[in-house]
Amino acid sequence: MGAFIEVVLGGLMAGVLYSLVALGFVLIYKASGVFNFAQGAMVLLAALAFARFSEVMPMPVAFVFATLLMVGAAFAIERLVLRHLVNQEGIILFLATFGITYFIEGLGPQLFGDNIYRIDLGMPKEPKIILESMFDGGILINLEDFIAAGVAALLVTFLAIFFQKTATGQALRAVADDHQAAQSVGIPLNRIWVIVWSVSGFVALVAGMIWGSKLGVQFALVLIALKAIPVVILGGFTSVPGAIVGGLIIGVGEKIAEVYLGPIIGGGIENWFAYVLALAFLMFRPEGLFGERHIDRV
Amino acid sequence: MFYRENGQFKTRYAADQALFPIAQDRVFIVLLLLVAFVGIPLLADEYLFRAILIPFLILSLAAVGLNILVGYCGQISLGTGGFMMVGAYAAYNLAVRVPGLNILVVFILAGLITTVVGMIFGIPSLRIKGLYLAVATLAAQFFLDWLFSRVTWFTNDSPSGSVSAPTVEVFGFRWDSPVEKYFFVLSVVVLFALIARNLVRSHIGRSWMATRDMDVAAEIIGIRPVYAKLSAFAVSSFIVGIAGALWGFVHLGSWEPLAFDVNRSFSMLFMVIIGGLGSILGSFLGAAFIVILPLLLNQVPHWLGLPISTATAAHFEAIIFGALIIFFLIVEPHGLARLWAIAKEKLRLWPFPH
Repeated sequence: MGAFIEVVLGGLMAGVLYSLVALGFVLIYKASGVFNFAQGAMVLLAALAFARFSEVMPMPVAFVFATLLMVGAAFAIERLVLRHLVNQEGIILFLATFGITYFIEGLGPQLFGDNIYRIDLGMPKEPKIILESMFDGGILINLEDFIAAGVAALLVTFLAIFFQKTATGQALRAVADDHQAAQSVGIPLNRIWVIVWSVSGFVALVAGMIWGSKLGVQFALVLIALKAIPVVILGGFTSVPGAIVGGLIIGVGEKIAEVYLGPIIGGGIENWFAYVLALAFLMFRPEGLFGERHIDRV
Repeated sequence: MFYRENGQFKTRYAADQALFPIAQDRVFIVLLLLVAFVGIPLLADEYLFRAILIPFLILSLAAVGLNILVGYCGQISLGTGGFMMVGAYAAYNLAVRVPGLNILVVFILAGLITTVVGMIFGIPSLRIKGLYLAVATLAAQFFLDWLFSRVTWFTNDSPSGSVSAPTVEVFGFRWDSPVEKYFFVLSVVVLFALIARNLVRSHIGRSWMATRDMDVAAEIIGIRPVYAKLSAFAVSSFIVGIAGALWGFVHLGSWEPLAFDVNRSFSMLFMVIIGGLGSILGSFLGAAFIVILPLLLNQVPHWLGLPISTATAAHFEAIIFGALIIFFLIVEPHGLARLWAIAKEKLRLWPFPH
């Protein structure tokens, strides 16, 4: 029993980290209808920038500069790419973000070097044993993961308030509902896009810092996007809570499968299990758990 | 002779339904085939065959297959690499386990096996739509990746899933030299391009396009979505599977699952989008673009004589490649085939615009 709870807890923690990346996808999809494949590359860019900046300046300053860099990237993407692709089909926009991905994957390492860099956020790394009195041997948890989960929760609360309460947040939701209607009531589409890409750049920075402190900042960070995609479709492209719940389901499911199913069928299943799990959920709810029901009109 | 259809009157239904109704187009196609079958073998050197022409042709074939699914039926697939992998490994297993089987039969059977696999992974498309489906097809890609690198039966118990194609003969004729391989691939590609071109203007093709344009409306006018979508998955997977088998047997010779990983799927999708969705010609243009561009980018520093490190060169390659993809999507979201169509429209007026 103790071992099982340990697996589930580990899954939940991993899930929170997936959610962090998935959140970036959802934000951009909500506000501009773009499925942003470049989110993984943005995580890499943000983490690289933060790691290199923090070598020469104190960490809070590096954080500010990395945020500024992501805002700059948001401006550039809106100006150079999105503005020219208004009203194109989803698939074209999706492919354009592939272009952005390649661009950033080339540019990031070119600017900041392509070694493995460390980010030390000063989080406790030693695992800790809790609840020894209840289970035999107790449960091994990782404090670092708990802190990461706390940060993610904070970020989600912040975003929820931002979306629900501020004028900008309401404008974002209006744009998400209908580009044209939003424009006709005077919401500047271009500015909204810059804001939402900046916010998701910020989310990428936070995700990059946490992943970076766990794994080291390296090129493999871009693969996190592939991990987060099943989370997004499971939760629904348009739902912030969906990204969180989806992340938790995928995290737990993946860990359980890895521990209990993996040895039976030969291991190495973590690459596809999340996708198959998401697919199974989609068969019952084609728009994801929390996605908006799509009504077809002829 | 100008590019014009004036004076070409159609007096029979057969002429009205011809594949290329305009005489100049027919001449052009014949010339193109002559160049491909006679001109290029006379002029090209071995490097050109090996590095450009053969990959280009095989990927064009795969792009034609994918274009049927994405461009004609509107079902976005990110699992092409996985289906090519199925084709390649199916052909390998057939060739190794059934000795003496004619290689053409092997390829066709490999295509059929891929068809079955493709249809299985196409079943979710009946329920899931759009980008959700695109992501769902990634499940196929990653699952097949895992299957062929872990289940050793498929790879004849070779470690890490790397296999070498056995030498192959067609009716006692072995093709070893690049020119012979080129002829073989070219014949296959021309055959399938012809089939695809005819298929998309048949009633099946029309049902695909109706499903693509609006699936609910298509259903209401009596097109069965199950039939339309699964047949698109079937035809597409068949062609992609054969392309995969060719890629393994003719181009690579020996391969491992990594040769068909998710990046292959992505680059296939680039081909059909940059080439032009819903266009057989576009598949070829897109494949040419994606095959040749990286080679060119690789050579540019040499030509300019810039002394840059390989890492820097690789970074700039990625940057330029990304920028060019965005550039082409902005300039012509409908792909290179659309540029060709516009050029043809212009040609009809040239040189007398009034």
